[in-house]
Amino acid sequence: MIATLSHHPGRSALALGVFYLLLATPIARDWLEASMSRHMLVQMPLLVVIGIIAARLVPGRTQDSLLIRFGGAWPCVIAALFASSYWMLPRALDAALTDPWAEVAKFLSLPFLVGFPLVLAWRRLTLIGRGFVWTNFFSMLAVLGWLYIVAPVRVCNSYLVNDQENAGWYMVIASVLLFFWWLGTLLVGGGVGPDKPDQSGPGRTFA
Amino acid sequence: MSLAKRSVLISALVTSLGTWVFWWGTDGFTAFTAETARRVEILRSPRALPDVTLEDQNGKIFHLKDYQGKLLAVDFIFTRCTTLCRSMGMIFKQIRDLIPQESLGRDFALLSISFDPEHDDPANLKKYGEAYGADGQIWRIARVQDKAELQSLLDAFGIIVIPDQFGGFEHNTALHLVGRDGRLRLISDIDKAIPFAEQVVALL
Repeated sequence: MIATLSHHPGRSALALGVFYLLLATPIARDWLEASMSRHMLVQMPLLVVIGIIAARLVPGRTQDSLLIRFGGAWPCVIAALFASSYWMLPRALDAALTDPWAEVAKFLSLPFLVGFPLVLAWRRLTLIGRGFVWTNFFSMLAVLGWLYIVAPVRVCNSYLVNDQENAGWYMVIASVLLFFWWLGTLLVGGGVGPDKPDQSGPGRTFA
Repeated sequence: MSLAKRSVLISALVTSLGTWVFWWGTDGFTAFTAETARRVEILRSPRALPDVTLEDQNGKIFHLKDYQGKLLAVDFIFTRCTTLCRSMGMIFKQIRDLIPQESLGRDFALLSISFDPEHDDPANLKKYGEAYGADGQIWRIARVQDKAELQSLLDAFGIIVIPDQFGGFEHNTALHLVGRDGRLRLISDIDKAIPFAEQVVALL
């Protein structure tokens, strides 16, 4: 989808912007935030994906100069780790529903502090670096899902307790499926993992 | 500065900023849920409450402000509730029985507030109250009829009520203590009835 999009970067950027605004409409927010599963496993990933697509629409040379300005791959990865973990806190989830500023922070940070910097960093990450990002993500998802399943209390005041358990199961299942998919790409792609690094890729990380 | 050095420097900066945001967002790594956050915040700064109009199990109209000068234990219920609110009734009864007789009603009172005013008319409130020995004076079971007032009260207490799929509600349940100045000053877990009563006694 991304490859076809980038034939018309201007039009794609416009479509992406419209989609971003659509997600921010009260109707979309109400529906996507009505259940914990949709909030965590649909809305938040979509916001990250918006950041990913936005970064891919940026010309390669600009991406490189941005990456240098940000100090290379690792600051970007670290920012993404912090921002993505923050929105996994039950308290942050509740805050997004009750505090408009938290909602704004969520809509800004997930695309621009998670998706966007990850794409910038990705080309410069070695296989080990990518493996770190992936496995960290899988384990975070699995552990949090498991916590949601076994938690004796309702962790979010805004969500029903069985919604929490469902979200937990979806997270565990998603992490297992994603893990096997990633493992599969490692085996099939001759050990380079999904989305092979380009020529300037492995071995030339900035950090 | 070399790129490697810059990278390390910015990484350190991003890490400290990220840690600070986590520290700030969780009250110093103590409150990871909104429920804990609500309790921590109340302890730090007791919160003023709106003066709402209530109706008790005897149909008597009164105001939250009427309790100023007394310590007041508050919980939130709906009488159709078959799970937590039942134990809430038992817990409130237990707290009442732990407070010295001479202070009851004079310096300390209990108030169970229903957030389901449509169903919980005085008759239903009375039924609930009788099940646990709420007398309607020391311990009142009441509803807030005005929707806007009810919401402002729930907001001030930090109670979020959401309908469940069985026609009832799910809500955060806790023991609340309102001070003599009418401010919410303590929120504790419902399984901490004895420490809660001890706190009350210490303040009498």
